[in-house]
Amino acid sequence: MTLKANNRQVDGVTIVDLSGRITLGEGSIVLRDTVRDLVGKGRKNILLNLADVTYIDSSGIGELVSAFTSVRKEQGELKLLKLTKKVHDLLQITKLYTVFDIKDDEADAIQSFPKAS
Amino acid sequence: MESRAKNRVTYTLDSTLESVNRAEQTAFEVAGKWGFDEDAQHHISMAVREAAVNAVLHGNAYDPNKKFFIAYEKTPASMVITVTDQGKGLDPECIPDPLAPDNLMKASGRGIFLIRSFMDEVTIKNLEPGTEITLVKHVGHEAANSKEG
Repeated sequence: MTLKANNRQVDGVTIVDLSGRITLGEGSIVLRDTVRDLVGKGRKNILLNLADVTYIDSSGIGELVSAFTSVRKEQGELKLLKLTKKVHDLLQITKLYTVFDIKDDEADAIQSFPKAS
Repeated sequence: MESRAKNRVTYTLDSTLESVNRAEQTAFEVAGKWGFDEDAQHHISMAVREAAVNAVLHGNAYDPNKKFFIAYEKTPASMVITVTDQGKGLDPECIPDPLAPDNLMKASGRGIFLIRSFMDEVTIKNLEPGTEITLVKHVGHEAANSKEG
């Protein structure tokens, strides 16, 4: 199953609803292009909704790290929402669970982003 | 291409991402057929996927003239999987620790680490040329939680 990405705007935050697999090849490229496109448009508060991401491999983890770093570089924030158990376990094993800001509730996640002055 | 002997099945695969996906799927099915539960099937298939990615990407470098090989063997105590490529060879001593502070935010370098996390025993052999990685998953919950080697 290829990765699908749909964007929504809520209170200045871009929520990217991802579904499918983030793996080497197409899945990683879809994620990379989506984040790059958003940052290019000046949308620097990004919440990746991983509720429907069924599988991530090491390449997918690397892509999440790259997305986090590239958004930070532009003074933005990238957070993760609703991890499945498998993805949660992977981020814990790789010690990235403490690097990413991970949320379970969408409304709380949106509130946690800095507000535009 | 597939060849079978009693308790052993071997696949010869092209150096493509399609082969990686196929290897992952086959590993999941074989592990299920050999009695592993769903969590173990997931761990085994993910380890095989990572080993196959290494074979295709870092070993054979997508060379259409090079193949990689996956053998599944069932023993009374374990499932033993061997993934072999025809690349330049990997020095197991030179694999960086992805948990080191300097490496934590790197975009790559977690494949072997995940394989070691998900399997009970992992051996990497530089065949000069080629790399052979052997993955072992013990049968039974207690054995599966013991890490060796």
